[in-house]
Amino acid sequence: MAQSTEEVSYLEAISQALDEEMARDERVFLMGEDIGMYGGAFKITEGFLQKYGEWRVLDTPLAESGFVGAAIGAAMMGLRPVVEMQFADFISCAFDQITEVAAKNHYRWGAAVPMVIRAPFGGGVHGGPFHSECPEGWFFHSPGLKLVAPSTPYDAKGLLKAAIRDPNPVIYFEHKFLYRRIKSTLPQEDFVVPLGKADVKRIGNDISVITYGAMVHLALEAAQSLAHEGIDLEVVDLRTLMPLDKETIYASVRKTSKAILLHEDNKTGGVGAEIAALLAEECFDCLDGPVIRIAPPDTPVPFSTPLEEFFLPKTSDIIAAARKLATY
Amino acid sequence: MDVAVIAKEIKREDLLRMYDYLRLTRAVEDRITALYRQGRIVGGVYTSYGMEAIAVGYASALERDDVIAPFHRDMGAFLIRGFTPGEVLAQYLGKRVGPSKGKDGNVHMGDLRRGVFGFVSHLADNLPVAAGAALAFKMRGESRVVFTGTGDGGSSRGDFHEAMNFAAVRRLPVVFFCNNNQYAYSTPLRLQMAIPNVVDRAKAYGMPGEIVDGNDVAEVYLAAKHAIAKARAGEGPSFLEFKTMRMHGHSEHDPAKYVPRELLEEWKKKDPILKAEQLLKQLGYGEEAYFHEVADRVKKEVEAGVEFAEQSPLPEGPEVLEGVFAMSADSH
Ligand SMILES: Cc1ncc(C[n+]2csc(CCOP(=O)(O)OP(=O)(O)O)c2C)c(N)n1
Repeated sequence: MAQSTEEVSYLEAISQALDEEMARDERVFLMGEDIGMYGGAFKITEGFLQKYGEWRVLDTPLAESGFVGAAIGAAMMGLRPVVEMQFADFISCAFDQITEVAAKNHYRWGAAVPMVIRAPFGGGVHGGPFHSECPEGWFFHSPGLKLVAPSTPYDAKGLLKAAIRDPNPVIYFEHKFLYRRIKSTLPQEDFVVPLGKADVKRIGNDISVITYGAMVHLALEAAQSLAHEGIDLEVVDLRTLMPLDKETIYASVRKTSKAILLHEDNKTGGVGAEIAALLAEECFDCLDGPVIRIAPPDTPVPFSTPLEEFFLPKTSDIIAAARKLATY
Repeated sequence: MDVAVIAKEIKREDLLRMYDYLRLTRAVEDRITALYRQGRIVGGVYTSYGMEAIAVGYASALERDDVIAPFHRDMGAFLIRGFTPGEVLAQYLGKRVGPSKGKDGNVHMGDLRRGVFGFVSHLADNLPVAAGAALAFKMRGESRVVFTGTGDGGSSRGDFHEAMNFAAVRRLPVVFFCNNNQYAYSTPLRLQMAIPNVVDRAKAYGMPGEIVDGNDVAEVYLAAKHAIAKARAGEGPSFLEFKTMRMHGHSEHDPAKYVPRELLEEWKKKDPILKAEQLLKQLGYGEEAYFHEVADRVKKEVEAGVEFAEQSPLPEGPEVLEGVFAMSADSH
């Protein structure tokens, strides 16, 4: 595939995906707070209102449950809504619609709900307890939802396109910290990143770091410094949390025999806890050391800089864990 | 309402058809209640006994292409949309041939092809969903309408208010209703809201509303017709409060001792089937012999449904794993 010559940010990649899908399929439309004239809190939909009009870029009242519910109804009537949560934290207001209606309709009575909820999540931006949350754990536990969390512009674009074309409700966790910090060139052609497929972002032989979202970049950083010490990390980027790509996880751990699970969501009951349990069930024989979880403590995300720095996983945490594991 | 007005505004065949469905609804639900008492139906059974005129009236007022997101006491709407007594009973018995294949029970059934959304227990959750369906119709310039509602209890939920507000702001073709049967489980209206009429809740959203005798199928039908016509003409949503009374307990296990007996006696005289018969007689459309005939006919239909449902197989355990994710959304 031919690459664009210009570097595209993670944020621009999301914007491109929305624009291209709206142009490709007239059933695709956007809903959310302040996404029209204002272009969204992060300006992802800037210019969309002028281009697509107020019935494809709907500014909604401040009522997450109401507009997520409306997206469900529109999806069942043949449209392809993409809902923007201004911040992932506010998804709690729509929790009921997502878990009880969208997630269960197909199972209960056969109605597919093809919709996407974009949820800007994650910390490192001094957002405090209500603007930094990683709420994927709540939904990871609710059958019927697909969950994705891209770490690069390529994945951000390809996963969003795949999510929009998927016949199920998909929550798309886009990391705010990556918006303007991560850039790359992208293919010029239309492409998707299939849901349910993890990606090995760095091949290595000694320890598997299984992670997603902004933490992927932390793991890659750690891998670089550890390479000097002769510790070779493999970095598995889950990309899709549900359905979970167990094959790729198992294949990596069978090769390295050691695993670190790294995420930004709270430790207890997080995605890492589930993968640790799966490894105990399926890969016990090939493990050469304890499965280590690196995740924030079980507190809300704090505001003040030293507190947030303490809270979030750091490259040094990964390095320390890897050194420990290397001794086994 | 004036008999002459009804005679002019409702076709004889439509009234007779509604009478059929009042009878069929009661026959189906009475049979379900009996099966429940015999322990043959597990789970909850919530009936519309004494309130049948609401769903029968509004569902009769809609066109085939319109969509219904019904309430849990709207059996009549399912029947009018073509759910057969056999399918309904199979649903209650947890059979594979039931609309939800045993995945869900009682009135929790839906079918997009028949324009009926599956009911969600979380009261009022389907109201925003209904508004969203209406949004789709409006965006595509279709002249289809959505009908949805909840009880007086459900009207306290945020989703009720979020849906009404959104529909009003975007002038969506949706009609909201509330069956005000004076109780939400055991909670009387006075502990539910500090206003006497649920319809006042619509005012806050700039939505026109109306109080309707929920026990009179002709009144329900006409009020629904007018609200639907307005929605279809692009005039936006409206709200109908159907005043009625819940004549059975909240569910069939609830003897409803908290409801004063005198209140029930008073409402018994307003039974919707009785009211419909009085109207049909006044209009010269039917009399006792005919009413018996209908009652017999629907009874046979229901018995055939029971037979069909009982003889159908239960799903196999591993079927639990099927259908979590959709493979395609092409059908809609
Ligand atoms: C959100 C929610 N809370 C509680 C319940 C449990 N519940 C089921 S029906 C009901 C009362 C409903 O009253 P109302 O809305 O007036 O309808 P009615 O049953 O009287 O027709 C309650 C409390 C529920 N289904 N959903």
